Amino acid sequence: MKITVNDEAQDVSATTLAGLIDELGYAGARIATALNGHFVPKTAREQARLDMGARVEIVAPMQGG
Amino acid sequence: MAALFYGQELSSALMLGTAQYPSPEILRDAVLAARPGVLTVSLRRESAGERAGQAFWSIVQELGVPVLPNTAGCHTVKEAVTTAHMAREVFGTDWIKLEVIGELDTLQPDVFGLVEAARILTEEGFKVFPYTTEDLVVAERLLAVGCEVLMPWGAPIGSGKGLNNLFGLRAMRAHFPSVPLVVDAGIGVPSHAAQALELGYDAVLINTAVAKAGDPVHMAQAFGLAVQAGMLARMADPMEERDMAAPSTPVAGKAFLG
Repeated sequence: MKITVNDEAQDVSATTLAGLIDELGYAGARIATALNGHFVPKTAREQARLDMGARVEIVAPMQGG
Repeated sequence: MAALFYGQELSSALMLGTAQYPSPEILRDAVLAARPGVLTVSLRRESAGERAGQAFWSIVQELGVPVLPNTAGCHTVKEAVTTAHMAREVFGTDWIKLEVIGELDTLQPDVFGLVEAARILTEEGFKVFPYTTEDLVVAERLLAVGCEVLMPWGAPIGSGKGLNNLFGLRAMRAHFPSVPLVVDAGIGVPSHAAQALELGYDAVLINTAVAKAGDPVHMAQAFGLAVQAGMLARMADPMEERDMAAPSTPVAGKAFLG
């Protein structure tokens, strides 16, 4: 299924956000996720279904001022 | 008496940003030299391969300084609110330095969006540190929607120009005697930081002035000392300024040599 992750096109087999996190190798990382512009807490990733064209954002700690 | 930020006393009046340092080692050494009360941090897209964010986070955890995540780079209420939610989950804190940027040349806050985002986030349990201007009407609105701290700019972010509007900053201090106030943005050298504390501000937030100094570690130490000096001076009740000279050496008993 074609979706975009952090603005890059990806072809993935996962059908949920939780599955996508595992598939892309983020398991165990300190990250937060958004699906189609909406924040999805960690506890809701199993229920967050990915549809064709879904826009996923995966962010992590970064230096800031 | 040190101010309480949402009930929490900080170990130093210096809030230090973590961006733009020449290397992670220099960032770590600068933090150890400055001993800030808070470190500001942010969120960015993570690549699974590089894991840059995870490496950065382990440095911050090692330093053991409380973190204040920001919403830097957000230009809309929706972006800022969503970023705040993500930051709360990633950093495990409900503190958020709220930036809603309205203008690119000055990185001036969009104060209308700021008040709206602050309202939403406060309702959702966040403890909002709003990056604002010295405008008293905006400040009143921010307090009305639940902010308990105000962070007016000294000058545009990264400009190093110091306290551009002393009158406005003094007026803000006088108008809100019991609200914790932080000068955020625009500070260039340690004397600016000391000046903010002498004016009665409770803390300063600095990033570029340290990170972009030729020697960030010594500059960090200098800022740490400057906020201590400024805080001591404030508690010591500075003398009144006057227009005419007044001799400091007693004139009584001076020998007549004319």
